[in-house]
Amino acid sequence: MNKIWLITKREFLTRVKKPSFIIMSILGPAIFAGFFALIFYFAATEDTDIKKIAVIDSTGAFIKKIPDTKYLHFEYLINIKVNDLKKILKKTDYYGILYISPIVSYSPRAVQLYSYQQPSLNVTQYIADAIEKEVRNQKLLAFNIKNLDNILKSVETRIDVETIKLSGTGEEKEINQGVRMWVAYFSSLLTFMFIFTFGVRVMRGVIEEKTNRIVEVIITSVKPFQLMMGKVLGVALTALTQFIVWIVLTTVFITIVKAAFMPDISTAAIANQPQNLMETSKLAIQVQQQAPQVSPELSQAFSILNSIDFYVMISAFIFYFIAGYLLYASLFAAVGATIDVDTDNQQFVFPVILPLILGVIVMLSAFQNPDSSIAFWFSLIPFTSPIVMMARIPYGVPYWEVAISMALLIVTFIGTIWLAGKIYRTGILMYGKKVSLGEMLKWIRYKT
Amino acid sequence: MEFFKAEHIDKKFGDFNALSDVSISVPAGSIYGLLGPNGAGKTTLIRIINQIFAADKGELFYKGRKMVPDDVFDIGYLPEERGLYKKMKVGEQALYLARLKGLSRAEALKRLKCWFEKFEMQSWWNKKVEVLSKGMSQKLQFVITVMHNPSLLIFDEPFSGFDPINATMLRDEILDLREKGATIIFSTHNMSSVEELCDNITLINKSKSILEGEVLDIKRHYKSDVYEVSFIGDFSKIRDILNSKYNVLEHKMVKDINFVRLKMVHHNRDNELLSLILPHVHLISFNEVYPSMNEIFINVVESSNQNQM
Repeated sequence: MNKIWLITKREFLTRVKKPSFIIMSILGPAIFAGFFALIFYFAATEDTDIKKIAVIDSTGAFIKKIPDTKYLHFEYLINIKVNDLKKILKKTDYYGILYISPIVSYSPRAVQLYSYQQPSLNVTQYIADAIEKEVRNQKLLAFNIKNLDNILKSVETRIDVETIKLSGTGEEKEINQGVRMWVAYFSSLLTFMFIFTFGVRVMRGVIEEKTNRIVEVIITSVKPFQLMMGKVLGVALTALTQFIVWIVLTTVFITIVKAAFMPDISTAAIANQPQNLMETSKLAIQVQQQAPQVSPELSQAFSILNSIDFYVMISAFIFYFIAGYLLYASLFAAVGATIDVDTDNQQFVFPVILPLILGVIVMLSAFQNPDSSIAFWFSLIPFTSPIVMMARIPYGVPYWEVAISMALLIVTFIGTIWLAGKIYRTGILMYGKKVSLGEMLKWIRYKT
Repeated sequence: MEFFKAEHIDKKFGDFNALSDVSISVPAGSIYGLLGPNGAGKTTLIRIINQIFAADKGELFYKGRKMVPDDVFDIGYLPEERGLYKKMKVGEQALYLARLKGLSRAEALKRLKCWFEKFEMQSWWNKKVEVLSKGMSQKLQFVITVMHNPSLLIFDEPFSGFDPINATMLRDEILDLREKGATIIFSTHNMSSVEELCDNITLINKSKSILEGEVLDIKRHYKSDVYEVSFIGDFSKIRDILNSKYNVLEHKMVKDINFVRLKMVHHNRDNELLSLILPHVHLISFNEVYPSMNEIFINVVESSNQNQM
């Protein structure tokens, strides 16, 4: 154990002292902050034209119920079909068509906004809030007021405004945008990047030791398994350090960006707890009224960012990163041990990368459809779950699903570490021999 | 008593026979040489002893009992292809490897300081390994190998890359380690180092052990009844006396001294050479010529190669 710690310490210190590590630690957050600055910049410079929206309300319950704002005017059309209006939308002066289907009271996907331009976050969120409020009011009316607690619980309704952009040919194209989606995309991609880059670093370290033959010296001092685990843990510590540095620096940089773009909003209002979404929105609206130069999109973006539970996000990220990393790093270590640079024997690298790539492919659909069955299953399967689950978490995932996914991942990484240790032990000392799969199975059966 | 024994070791890599039926027996406190041409199987045998490979057949014994994997922690191993972390600093690396051998930080520092002084390496402490010359990294690697006082030392080509001064220093260190009780196995091409250091040898050629034993016994076995005599006197007279019993291989005169190399024609235990010439000349020196390990090496390897053809 003491020897594992020595190896871990060396792996960590030599990696952290590298100039490339220090550069990446600063560059990473700078890129994130730049990314945020760009979003804020575009949000802040969004045009403030008055938009006229045609409302086709199939239920009839929302007529005149969505209040106009400074920039948004709603006109309620009766006896007009959506499809008819869609065809002539270009010729009218409407910005878009808001369609409310009869299932609005129980389906979150009942409201659609058709438009030739991409509606801003502000517009969709405003409409969603308004309809949500109206549905809530109507539901409240239908209940007996005596059991207010129960009533309040049951009237919680989730409305996602599905915005459908009409392309020139009249095709419907979903632009399922939203801050949530980007957070999902970003965090699962980050998980993938961390697992992949640091897993490959483990593999490269193993190959380095094998190629320069220092392993022959070390193996007379420590057991191969200790050498492997020390490396895996040392690289993991490096990754976590990088991640924490990134979080801290990104927070610092973003605070600077916020200060530059939104000087009038106090940090207290922005850095709010997620539960305080309502207050934050109110605050933001107040600020918006007092300080007209602050774009409403900006405050809207912040309130959605605040609605995502970042504590859950970060803990989930750390868990899935560590567990996913342990799973893949041990496999990468085993594969590195089978590689002989002299014989260019690298056929086992691809099979290890494959499930990671599969995870990314599934993630690309999961961050748009977090509840689809493919997203569900791949977020439970251990080899893809770190990436796919991270894409689902920003939307909220039932606890039991997360628990099963985590438990499966833990069991699997213990298994792969055990397996990898056996392959590593033999492979690391094997030179000038082409390793076949059958050979590796033989190594696994060797006794210690 | 044998410190280490390998019996009937077989090792194949695919269809290639790396070792077939090789046995060695290393007495405690001795220096044991593994000789052989390139590719003979020396390094394979060393890796088997180090538990880097498992033998296909055969058994290893350590300190009189069957060798167990943990015995490698008691071995200091200097591989032929020297390996160090190139980007790491010399001192940091030596300290790290010493601690992996189980030394405490303080103890490792103390011993390293001692070795670095001995080899005049103090100024390297903060240099990166990649800037060291080949000879310098050889020294460093040697220090790392012996630092933890292992009971068995295995050196694979320890002299390659050393200049004569450092090679002498290394030779003295190896002898010193034996004095202190270590048992040493080393493989080499350098025959003069074998003569100077080895008590016993095994000569491996094309995966087979073709010669083994104590160095002196081997030399005695391969001597060819050749004698060197130097004297003052009449050479032609001596030649007549020796007549058909001894062939003159070589004769030269430096001033008035004759130097003669003679070979006995028919091997005879009773050597009458001295008694024949002594009455007629003023004898300066007389000795029987033993072949050098270099000659034995070449002869034995060549005849073994011819037998195989």
